[in-house]
Amino acid sequence: MRKTKRFAALALTASLFVVAACGDDEEESTSTEAPAATEAPSATEAPAGTEAPAAGAVSACQVTDVGGVDDKGFNQSAYAGLQQAEADLGAEIALLESASDADYAPNIQAFLDKGCDDIITVGFLLGGATADAAIANPDQQFAIIDSDANDNAGTPDDFADDVNLENVRALNFATDEPSFIAGYLAAGMSETGKVATYGGINIPPVTIFMTGFLNGVNYYNEQKGTAVEVLGWDGTEGSFAGNFESLDDGKKLAQGFADEGADIIFPVAGPVGLGSSAYAKEVGGIRIIGVDVDMYVSNDKEKEVYLTSVLKNIDASVFDTVKNVSETGDAGDDYVGTFANGGVGIADFHDQAGDVPDELKAEIEQLVADFTAGTMKAG
Amino acid sequence: MTAATVDGSPAAAPEEKPKLVVFFDRIDAYNNLLLPFLAIVSALIVGAFIIGLTDIDRLKEGDIGGILTTIKDAYIALPTGALGSLGGISETIVSATPLILAGLCFAVAARSGLFNIGATGQMFAGGMASVWVGFTMDGPGIVQVPLALLAGIIAGGLWGGIVGILKARTGAHEVITTIMTNYIAGLLTLWLLKTEAFQQPGKDNPVSKTVSDKGRLPELFFWSDDPSLRAHWGFLVALGGAVFMWWLFERSKVGFELRTFGSNADAARYAGMKPATLTTLAMFIAGGLAGLGGATQIIGTQGYATESFAGSIGFDAIAVALLGRNKPVGIVFAAFLFGILEAGGRKMQLETDIPLDVVLVLRALIVLFIAAPALTRLIWRLKSEGSTSVLQFRGWGA
Repeated sequence: MRKTKRFAALALTASLFVVAACGDDEEESTSTEAPAATEAPSATEAPAGTEAPAAGAVSACQVTDVGGVDDKGFNQSAYAGLQQAEADLGAEIALLESASDADYAPNIQAFLDKGCDDIITVGFLLGGATADAAIANPDQQFAIIDSDANDNAGTPDDFADDVNLENVRALNFATDEPSFIAGYLAAGMSETGKVATYGGINIPPVTIFMTGFLNGVNYYNEQKGTAVEVLGWDGTEGSFAGNFESLDDGKKLAQGFADEGADIIFPVAGPVGLGSSAYAKEVGGIRIIGVDVDMYVSNDKEKEVYLTSVLKNIDASVFDTVKNVSETGDAGDDYVGTFANGGVGIADFHDQAGDVPDELKAEIEQLVADFTAGTMKAG
Repeated sequence: MTAATVDGSPAAAPEEKPKLVVFFDRIDAYNNLLLPFLAIVSALIVGAFIIGLTDIDRLKEGDIGGILTTIKDAYIALPTGALGSLGGISETIVSATPLILAGLCFAVAARSGLFNIGATGQMFAGGMASVWVGFTMDGPGIVQVPLALLAGIIAGGLWGGIVGILKARTGAHEVITTIMTNYIAGLLTLWLLKTEAFQQPGKDNPVSKTVSDKGRLPELFFWSDDPSLRAHWGFLVALGGAVFMWWLFERSKVGFELRTFGSNADAARYAGMKPATLTTLAMFIAGGLAGLGGATQIIGTQGYATESFAGSIGFDAIAVALLGRNKPVGIVFAAFLFGILEAGGRKMQLETDIPLDVVLVLRALIVLFIAAPALTRLIWRLKSEGSTSVLQFRGWGA
């Protein structure tokens, strides 16, 4: 009797291992950098050796939002920029993931205590915490993605919104441009005459994609005299998952749009969108437009569902920021990524290239050229 | 089987026992100290394997030494991150404060025979009431702060009271109604944060106006001018809540009735107590405590309300209350354990390459082993001794 009970206990603990082991493949992406972090980068390796400050390797630290570093989206992309800095500049990099939005301030504080040359906070939601920390620590360099670091809650009342914090480099992206093209493409590709988009939560860095997409569809309708309909966003109100984590929500939203007749879906919701691609793969006949990174590459197991992806090249801007800090000690001036400077882009069609008519391909290329030249506006 | 195991102490205590023995008898050293200690040891051993097994790259290289170093660093980081500095202690307290109050909320209802999983919604109600007081008034603090806390208690209490009335009048099961009121409170909060009355001007996202400086709970470490020490007087409020719960159940007449009602509703009814009133009252008090937790989170930690300020606190608090065996002192300690795991987990993530997910697994393991004393006993071949009082919850219509 006792023996069986002991066995049961062992079995229970053993099952814990199995649970942990199941997580392995997901951990892989986050732990690949593990061995490199321990070996101290030697100064001779750094290519920028002549200009490097005397202190040695630059240190850069990233705080993710609740999506986590393996979100196959903007947190991961920012971290890719850091990893590139580690490889090319010999930077010492560190990472803190946030489990909830209550973690933002303490995570930033942890890096302040540890000491980093540049603290990179990923996302609009960290704006308030970043602004507070930047005001309290004027000598610390910060960089923030998708925010001016002063447009969120928690900023003290006496802190006017138009103040630009000297020690924060804001990295923003004109993602309405590639989203516009994605909308144009979706309108041209839809067989049902209905396309859909949805967001994670209703905040400007999310809705800028959705508005661009909507405008792109409308532009197509104007040009071609069609009446392709956009579900999920009308310019002010729309469908939101309410979070950036639940793949389940992404699945449900995609299902809802599919039931209403949409055949192309553009999720702007980080990992939530992965639920939609899983659904698209399951049922077939639905195309997904990826967001932030080329999801055909980053989400290999459902790559066939992606028509294209709207690219937000966060990694390049993060690398650039770390490079600035290592060379001058300053993160640099605020940055807006556009087609012209390569900060945003539209991904390849990959497997679905055969489905896209040549005429539409040419129009898309023309739009890219117009945006790059600045003759086209997404608004 | 001996008859003495009913409440864990010998039936007839000899008078000449040494004081120390009496002391250890009273705190029930076996159940309260040894088991949790062994539970933590078990969790750390299992956790070590998990850290090792998830470190794929080192495993592939066969770098066992590196893995052991990671495990060592992780286990040093956990206590030093939480308790090794004033900053760590401050963060531990910040995490523990709302957990204490929400845990008390669960426990008050549980001791009255109600399974209240509505702490999240009650925190939303309390927090939104207190943030309204916080940004409409501008001092003096000695009036505004107590008023904001009171608003939190009343709003949370009323929100919980609705569930109590539904149960008392219609027999609706409180598990279902609290789940639903959680949804309602969460979405109502989101809606309120979008209204002109609450939303911070010039913002597109759901964020409330900021609580005026005079309306914030004072810093706990007031002698230090380090702004990173976020711990606030909400912690003292939470301890006050624990004392209140002790007084309620151990000293007050109402508490006696609640306890009786909780352990045997029929007996309570037979003794002339009023079940409907007691159910409503229990849920009001429970909701008030959670509402107070929401209020301290708003006017203490955050200073403004967001759509997710209650986070997972309301649900973590159920574990806190059960770990603390629904006793005030136990809840304070259990909340501290959670706080330590939270603050220490951050350091663990910082000092080692362990990803957040594994840190969360480690935290869950420690709680799991503590919450399952039978498992710990089996692993360490301890005899079953004493008895843990198991709470009973009534079903439909009771």
